[in-house]
Amino acid sequence: MDIFLQQLINGLVLGSIYALVALGYTMVYGVLGLINFAHGEVLMIGALTAFSAISALVGINPNLPGWLLLTFGIVAAIPVCMAVSFTIERFAYRPLRNAPRLAPLISAIGVSIVLQTLAMIIWGRNYLIFPATLPTDPIILHTFAPTALADYERTVSITPIQILIVAVSASLMLALTFMIKRSRLGKAMRATAENPQIASLMGINSNKVIAATFVIGAALAGVAGVMVAANYSVAHFYMGFLPGLKAFTAAVLGGIGNIYGAMLGGLLLGLIESLGAGYLGQLTGGFLGSHYQDIFAFAVLILVLTLRPSGLLGEKVSDRA
Amino acid sequence: MMSNTLTDRQKQIAGFLLVAVALAALPWFAGMLGNSWVRVLNIALLYVMLALGLNIVVGFAGLLDLGYIAFYAVGAYVYGLLASPHLTDNFEVLAAMFPDGLNLSIWLMIPVGACIAAVFGVLLGAPTLRLRGDYLAIVTLGFGEIIRLFLNNLNAPVNITNGPQGINMIEPVTIGSVRFSRTVELLGIEVPALHLYYYLFLALTLLIIVICMRLQHSRIGRAWAAIRDDELAAKAMGINTRNMKLLAFALGASFGGVAGSMFSAFQGFISPESFGLMESIVVLCMVVLGGMGHIPGVILGALLLSGFPELLREVVVPLQNALFGEVLVDAEILRSLIYGLTMILVMLYKPKGLWPQRKGNNAPLRVAA
Repeated sequence: MDIFLQQLINGLVLGSIYALVALGYTMVYGVLGLINFAHGEVLMIGALTAFSAISALVGINPNLPGWLLLTFGIVAAIPVCMAVSFTIERFAYRPLRNAPRLAPLISAIGVSIVLQTLAMIIWGRNYLIFPATLPTDPIILHTFAPTALADYERTVSITPIQILIVAVSASLMLALTFMIKRSRLGKAMRATAENPQIASLMGINSNKVIAATFVIGAALAGVAGVMVAANYSVAHFYMGFLPGLKAFTAAVLGGIGNIYGAMLGGLLLGLIESLGAGYLGQLTGGFLGSHYQDIFAFAVLILVLTLRPSGLLGEKVSDRA
Repeated sequence: MMSNTLTDRQKQIAGFLLVAVALAALPWFAGMLGNSWVRVLNIALLYVMLALGLNIVVGFAGLLDLGYIAFYAVGAYVYGLLASPHLTDNFEVLAAMFPDGLNLSIWLMIPVGACIAAVFGVLLGAPTLRLRGDYLAIVTLGFGEIIRLFLNNLNAPVNITNGPQGINMIEPVTIGSVRFSRTVELLGIEVPALHLYYYLFLALTLLIIVICMRLQHSRIGRAWAAIRDDELAAKAMGINTRNMKLLAFALGASFGGVAGSMFSAFQGFISPESFGLMESIVVLCMVVLGGMGHIPGVILGALLLSGFPELLREVVVPLQNALFGEVLVDAEILRSLIYGLTMILVMLYKPKGLWPQRKGNNAPLRVAA
């Protein structure tokens, strides 16, 4: 197996998911200047809803094809995530819009705990085996490495679900860009992000725009959640925390508030993580192994925030951080 | 005037004595209900220490720290490593140097734990000085997770923390000839070990309370309040914001370290599991519920949130058994639900906490005439 190429592929898959979730963080931050701490939990709700929906469908007819099950899962997860996110915004964030900066963040942490606990009550504490939907056999690809290498060093493997993750993420991001650039709602969102007061003077209902921002971000997170669960074949109540935190890191890395930044940051973070984890053992002489993978995200976060708080593509915004 | 024979000063002293007697008698009353309640008291005191430490960072200086439990972990592991055979078992050099174990005095270990935690506090504080508000919160969260990851994984190639298995066989506290492991006879009274820990924790808590109060009404405390209210203005007034913030991190962390070392001695066993993000959030929740920056409020918050779930455990399970014949929602789940809802509801309806600070309380204490 060609380690470099293999980790590149893994990083791309991981990065697509981070990017999808990071978009939710960055859009909300762009419009409200708020870190929606509970965004990772929306991902978890999406995955668990899909789990229930698919399990129910399999219970009715066990012979349905895998792709249909997965589609059904995604279709079921999206509205649930949207509803959850809409409710959170309405009841936990909106009343705090003019409160001191830390108030909505603390409230968001509370929402995150409540969602986790509710998920624990509904779905239990144990790891749930996510139903197999797509074939799990990896597709082996041959690379063009020099033939002097042994045969197994010249291949990389990718599973159908990984291909699906990259494809779905790419098309969703494309659709989102189109929506923000071309549609009326997108225009209103950009205006609100620029200056909420003036936007509302121009006849934009900023409450509606903000709610829409939350709901769109939630839909993306829901899709990401289903795909994470399908990729690792497990779902449980705590699965949203790490992807959420990493996606936030990705959003910061790309420049929070900027949707292209979120996409770029997500992909970069995925690559850094998988390449880093792949080579960490070699770099440190075996002292640190690949189980330190999660450290990369935090290290990147701390480095970016201290060296370049505006991120890669963010404009310099004074006094917002 | 004749009817009121007590002066204010005398009233104060009488009140003080009453509180002291009540605090001293508390574990004996709790002990009548069962020893588990003395345990609850002890854990509550640990949480009070933690909440007061976090209050310095969050309440006084206005820096939201979501990784505070890392300092608790550092204190716990420092004590755990120094007071257990783990290090000598794993490093022959140390075993050769100290054939009978390290046997350090508690009066050395508590300050060492506090100092090492303070160093970690500065290490965290230094790179994050420029950040404010929400960014700082996320970075501290990341820092807390990094510490936990290291604790969890530093069992290979060199076994320092023993990984997820944690460290056990930690020696209990020994003061003079009194070993806090079984009932001892003091002045003719049989005092169980749990009670001894209670008095030790109480003494440390009181010490921390006094330090916090003195700090709040000092030049340092006013500087922190200024930074919290408006960093730019504080800087313009000539406050060295960098040093003040670092000091807040270091002091907050050192209290966490003290609480951690006590936790370690009290439990006799520690593992990375005890130092997760949820614990950081629990402590933050106590500070937020009680009233950020207000010492009595924070103490109240810590006592409420550490005691209430225990009461709940006593009530909820029998109640559900009686109503439904089975336990539908266990107490552990309700506990975290309470923490989550507390944070949301307090922010929505009582953003200053249950027992907020009165305005202008940061002014220097007037000297009694």
